[in-house]
Amino acid sequence: MDAQTLYDKLWNSHLVRTEPDGTALIYIDRHLVHEVTSPQAFEGLKLASRRPWRTDSMLAVPDHNVPTTKRSGGISDPIARLQVETLDANCVTFGITEFKMNDIRQGVVHVMGPEQGATLPGMTVVCGDSHTSTHGAFGALAHGIGTSEVEHVMATQCLVAKKSKAMLVQVNGTLHKGVTAKDVALAVIGKIGTAGGTGYAIEFAGSTIRALSMEGRMTLCNMAIEAGARAGMVAVDETTIAYCKGRPFAPQGAQWDKAVAYWRTLRSDEDAMFHAMVELDATKIKPQVTWGTSPEMVLAVDGRVPDPANIGDAVRRADTERALQYMGLTANTPITEINIDKVFIGSCTNGRIEDMRAAAAVAKGKKVAPNVKLAMVVPGSGLVKAQAEQEGLDRIFIDAGFEWRDPGCSMCLAMNEDRLAPGERCASTSNRNFEGRQGQGGRTHLVSPEMAAAAAIAGHFVDVSKI
Amino acid sequence: MQKFKQLDGLVVPLDRANVDTDAIIPKQFLKSINRSGFGPNAFDEWRYLDHGEPGMDNSKRPLNKDFVLNQPRYQGAQILLARENFGCGSSREHAPWALEDFGFRVIIAPSFADIFFNNCFKNGVLPIKLDAAKVGALFKAVEANAGYKLKVDLEQQSIAAPDGTVYKFEVDAHRKHCLLNGLDDIGLTLQHVDDIKAFETKHRAAQPWLFA
Repeated sequence: MDAQTLYDKLWNSHLVRTEPDGTALIYIDRHLVHEVTSPQAFEGLKLASRRPWRTDSMLAVPDHNVPTTKRSGGISDPIARLQVETLDANCVTFGITEFKMNDIRQGVVHVMGPEQGATLPGMTVVCGDSHTSTHGAFGALAHGIGTSEVEHVMATQCLVAKKSKAMLVQVNGTLHKGVTAKDVALAVIGKIGTAGGTGYAIEFAGSTIRALSMEGRMTLCNMAIEAGARAGMVAVDETTIAYCKGRPFAPQGAQWDKAVAYWRTLRSDEDAMFHAMVELDATKIKPQVTWGTSPEMVLAVDGRVPDPANIGDAVRRADTERALQYMGLTANTPITEINIDKVFIGSCTNGRIEDMRAAAAVAKGKKVAPNVKLAMVVPGSGLVKAQAEQEGLDRIFIDAGFEWRDPGCSMCLAMNEDRLAPGERCASTSNRNFEGRQGQGGRTHLVSPEMAAAAAIAGHFVDVSKI
Repeated sequence: MQKFKQLDGLVVPLDRANVDTDAIIPKQFLKSINRSGFGPNAFDEWRYLDHGEPGMDNSKRPLNKDFVLNQPRYQGAQILLARENFGCGSSREHAPWALEDFGFRVIIAPSFADIFFNNCFKNGVLPIKLDAAKVGALFKAVEANAGYKLKVDLEQQSIAAPDGTVYKFEVDAHRKHCLLNGLDDIGLTLQHVDDIKAFETKHRAAQPWLFA
């Protein structure tokens, strides 16, 4: 057989059938569900008198709409409350396992799944959320789907799909101190653009990736979608296997040994062919900060905000002017001279224990700057929160003047009450700096947890690698 | 799903790249548990001058007169002309729901984000990729001619412009078939239940831990 990419292996091992035009049915192993993109799908099932094909493949959690404070009082917003209650009711009706809002296992769906071992190597994973690409970190084929597809997977256990092209992103070398998986992700997007991965499944490889923890690999795959790729993935190695071992949904005993033997095959063959290749030198990556309203509008922290006058292409120049105006920035301003109003540390990108530790290490013994109105830390799940508290990280944050919140998507997309006011500027560890993403008129700068914590202390962006 | 065969529709130009689904339908409207009613809030933050929330009477809200969708000459538009990477970001299907509810049945752009592109086909909306030079020519033509319409024919995979130019476009055979006939995927997929069951049996034997 021809040499195969990891993506080929995952695709082929789930292929049910293919039509002459290449449209295929692929079998889905894990279907993660949250409250925002599922109610219409459940409604569709009911209207057609259908039942989910395999409820044991499904796992549900409310995350987008949940409050991050005073949770015992329930959800005060009646529309948000109805949506969460609708998820609860649908899970009861159809017999689907759900970690409800006050369950310690509740969290952002892409933090919760891997933490539970519900995401395993070799799986196909879908969820009605674009950041499902996160789960590819396990050598899984994982991507976001729309609500019609959520209903389709519920009803048939399959997804109608066409095979993507394969892109290899090779990152080699040792990252400098203060440079993280988030910076690698932003550097990749800066290099290939937000549409650079459109039509591709990206495999991240190279010595830098091999040296990343599973948390770091998840951060990287999480942002594959910001490069336009529905799926990002990393080959299985000992780091992957060690992470999975002993988790609640992971296999045990003889099944574990059998699974591990299979999982070890989940890497691209030596001679596998990719449709596109991109290389980055990790030693040249500096801490990254986005300056505009698209993740590709990104610079190293020692850079200056671009000047539209230097851009030849008319559409790009207009986009840059519009972004600068929205962001309230002047061309050629050094990134380190941009003051911030708020800080958000959390999300499916950077809400894991390693992120909490990294931010706490920067904040330890320091104080949030007086010009910062709110610095909040939102752990990715109840279990991350408990672990952080066991390590005393909550005290470090609170003593420094950060707020320590309950888990959820929070100000990554601001569906709950955590949001920016018009004109407010935020250093955020989330994944999207779109206009209005964190609140109408809000200005988002994407950074790593270390960079966000350092900005909170300084009141403006600073190069964390120089601290 | 509603069928799509032909459309002779007014075109509105949205001249910016990377229009994301957060812009198409902001998050506060995603709290709805319904599939319809998103049209009045399509492009909410660009269309209105105030902050929109679910339940507001949108007819009483102050309009941003500068936003292209609010200009009198484009009222009733059914074809949205856009730039690169349209529909990027969030997978929210509320974006095509909002566009369809607003009245759009066709979106023409040089490129689309994958998930959005896919979601359109599930909702009777036809996204058409044309190369950037052709899209650029259409932008010029729309802006120069009030009442500019295009004739889109899915069967023929063609767009006819008033000046006689015909643009051909590509579409997957499967998607074309579903859209022409208004077919939902679930019904089609369930015609292959035996294939799915056979696959599942083999898959369970090979990786039993996936079925624990």
